Amino acid sequence: MKSSKFVAAKLARGRVAVGLLALCLVLLVTACSSEDSGHPASAGPLVVTGSSTVAPLISDLAKAYEARNPGVRVDVQTGGSSRGISDVRQDLAAIGMVSRALGETEADLTGHLLALDGVALIVHASNSVADLSPEQVIEIYAGRISDWAVVGGSPGPITVVHKADGRSTQDVFLGHFKMDPADVRASVVIGDNEQGVKSVAGNPGAIGYVSIGAAEASEKLQVPIKLLALNGHAATSEAVAQGSFPLVRELNLVTKGDLAPLAQNFIAFARSGDARKFVEAHYFVAVD
Amino acid sequence: MLSGKTIRWSDGVLGAAVWAVAIGTFGIFAWVVGDVALRGMSELSLGFLYESPSNAGRAGGIAPILVSTGLILAVCLGVSVPIGVGAAALLAEFTRSDGALGRFVRVSLDVLSGVPSIVFGLFGNAFFCVALGLGFSIVSGGLTLACMVLPLVIRATEEGFRAVPDDIRQGAAALGLSRASTFLKLLLPAALPGLGVGLALGIGRALAETAALLFTSGYVDRMPTSVFDSGRALSIHVYDLAMNVTGGEPRACATALVLVAILVAANSAAARLTTRGSGQSGNQ
Amino acid sequence: MLPSTKDALLIGVLRACALVAGAVLLLIVAFVARDSWPALRDVGVTRFFTDSWSPTSAEPGFGITPMILATLITSACAVALATPIGIASAVFAQFYAPKRVATVQRRVIELLAGIPSVVYGLWGLVVLVPLLLQFAPPGQSLLAGVLVLTVMILPTVALMADIAIAAVPATTLQAAHALALRRSSIVLKVALPAARPGIMTGVVLAAGRAIGETMAVLMVCGNVVKVPGSFFDPVRTLTANIALEMGYALTDHRAALFVSGLCLLLVWMALVAANGMARGTERA
Repeated sequence: MKSSKFVAAKLARGRVAVGLLALCLVLLVTACSSEDSGHPASAGPLVVTGSSTVAPLISDLAKAYEARNPGVRVDVQTGGSSRGISDVRQDLAAIGMVSRALGETEADLTGHLLALDGVALIVHASNSVADLSPEQVIEIYAGRISDWAVVGGSPGPITVVHKADGRSTQDVFLGHFKMDPADVRASVVIGDNEQGVKSVAGNPGAIGYVSIGAAEASEKLQVPIKLLALNGHAATSEAVAQGSFPLVRELNLVTKGDLAPLAQNFIAFARSGDARKFVEAHYFVAVD
Repeated sequence: MLSGKTIRWSDGVLGAAVWAVAIGTFGIFAWVVGDVALRGMSELSLGFLYESPSNAGRAGGIAPILVSTGLILAVCLGVSVPIGVGAAALLAEFTRSDGALGRFVRVSLDVLSGVPSIVFGLFGNAFFCVALGLGFSIVSGGLTLACMVLPLVIRATEEGFRAVPDDIRQGAAALGLSRASTFLKLLLPAALPGLGVGLALGIGRALAETAALLFTSGYVDRMPTSVFDSGRALSIHVYDLAMNVTGGEPRACATALVLVAILVAANSAAARLTTRGSGQSGNQ
Repeated sequence: MLPSTKDALLIGVLRACALVAGAVLLLIVAFVARDSWPALRDVGVTRFFTDSWSPTSAEPGFGITPMILATLITSACAVALATPIGIASAVFAQFYAPKRVATVQRRVIELLAGIPSVVYGLWGLVVLVPLLLQFAPPGQSLLAGVLVLTVMILPTVALMADIAIAAVPATTLQAAHALALRRSSIVLKVALPAARPGIMTGVVLAAGRAIGETMAVLMVCGNVVKVPGSFFDPVRTLTANIALEMGYALTDHRAALFVSGLCLLLVWMALVAANGMARGTERA
């Protein structure tokens, strides 16, 4: 039905059409990208990226800041503490949110302490155990104690809930008990605090560790968990504020080099007394 | 299809099994959505739909998020449907079934359908946001979603084209219609039900996606002023409230209910649009 | 038929669309390969299969074998469960249900397709896991992941099967009816075999969704890196691994996560290729 000449002619025209279309696509995309307004740190909105733990707080602070300073835009994005650090280094963001203290490899960056967050052990509300010694915690997390009866509770298997590697809550927790991540024998590994709270709330034999603020808030909301004291220290936000609770992590805003005025003002606002109520609404502990 | 005058409700084991499955799927749907509804119903109100979020979403409403989601969906479908229909048409009508281009595209699509959503998110960020310079924006999110949704749209539409009986093609050829006319005036309208399924699957996937959008259209919950602004999608809001913000769960469930309602509307619209001109045995 | 510019233009446009679809995959593979290169270079390929997984320890380990197994097992089981259920659901809508019930059932299935993965994950965590806990701790398990995935992917199978069955020529079914075949025989011996290619497409898309699902499995599978001994053991899939640790991973760790993503892509490509070879050339 078709001759090969016809097919060849059709193919040739088809290729030309493809080429033209591709060219149009490229031109369109370049035109669009030259209109973008997302260049951070120089003009346009202030871009803040990083930890998803800190993001809701900074998001609220950004809204409050925008309300006080009309015409200013502060864009908050998430992606994790590492994203915050790498974005600040690559000038993709002016400020990074990091849910830990800066390490030695991060000496090129400046940290501005935003708030403190305590880390506490939680168990199911029906669990009769109220306090654990550090040795018992280490044994449980290393998998050498696997029944609640050994530590004074009613008999039943212990479900060990552990945070994922790389997260600062895990670093703080394991650092305090001087354990290496490879030593832990977890039953369940979780990501966010809420996942930890829900995992423990759904399992009478579970033990885990989460942010004190998140745990206290959940307790108030009748979620069936309770916080364990650590070696006699009660796990409360007041204890963290007073400095008497040992397991604490820092929440920081990080920047690189000299700050543009917008970034400087925003950070100052975030650390001011006016910001306190936002910090507390997110169940963190404000620093003075 | 087998329209007899009497409906035989069941015959034997297959009938029973099939009815059990149908009841089971209704049941699962009721269970999941019912659970969400129980937790979130109390937070729903008219104000929820037109206010902006405050207190990290635990108060206020979701108006900017609805707008952002609508824009993201529009960009996604606006890009994926034309390209998808075009590619499906090519695969079904204009290539030899074992030709190189046809095979390459089919395999690519099948592989694409298995790429994890988080990889799409990271890729979208590296390609659309950084390399193409679009930044965190609704456009980046929509384009990334379009990539994710392409296999579904293309494969379903391709099935739609295959469903068109050959009589139509042969009749058109006998009448001397050009291939373009045959395609545009006869085959495309007849294949609409397939496109409808592709749309339903695509819309569903697009609205359900979280990880891909988190790194592309972003987290900002302000009302967007253009498609180049960052905008938070409904699924991200649900995720943030449920897993990230303490005490946000009731509102997460309320937002999820709104999302389900939007899904119902979008799918019904898609179905209506694609069966009007089909003339098929109206089983849609 | 003589060639016309209109025809050539149309085919050109269609080819462009198909090429875009194929190009996306190449870009994604290139991107994943680029970001995983540092780990492959510094850590070496064998260690990814022989170590245990502890990337932040004093002596880092990057073994991903248990996670590959977990991904394969969860996806395979989910597909094995979802395929018959999805097909049964489509058979129900096409052959057994009164027309209105069939429409409602289709809407329900479309809705199931659009519920965000985080909602499924939440439901799984809060409803399914405590149920499974009654059988064996910790509740978060391989089985929970399989069940949630099944519910998530069955709409894809159901909707694609639906349209594939609708594409079976009415004359074929009428002929079977005229031969006095029972309904179940018509379904099992005539309709389903004729619709098989379309159904298989749906199965492949569903398998892709299962293998790429991130959020829901992250919440219900337990995320412990261990080869499962029973269905009630917790597992970690490759996708959950990336999502869990990506946000907090520094250079080598991050590259190692991309290696697990690359591994996932390669495994999936192998499966797609195997499927392609098993099915022979696509039907014309």
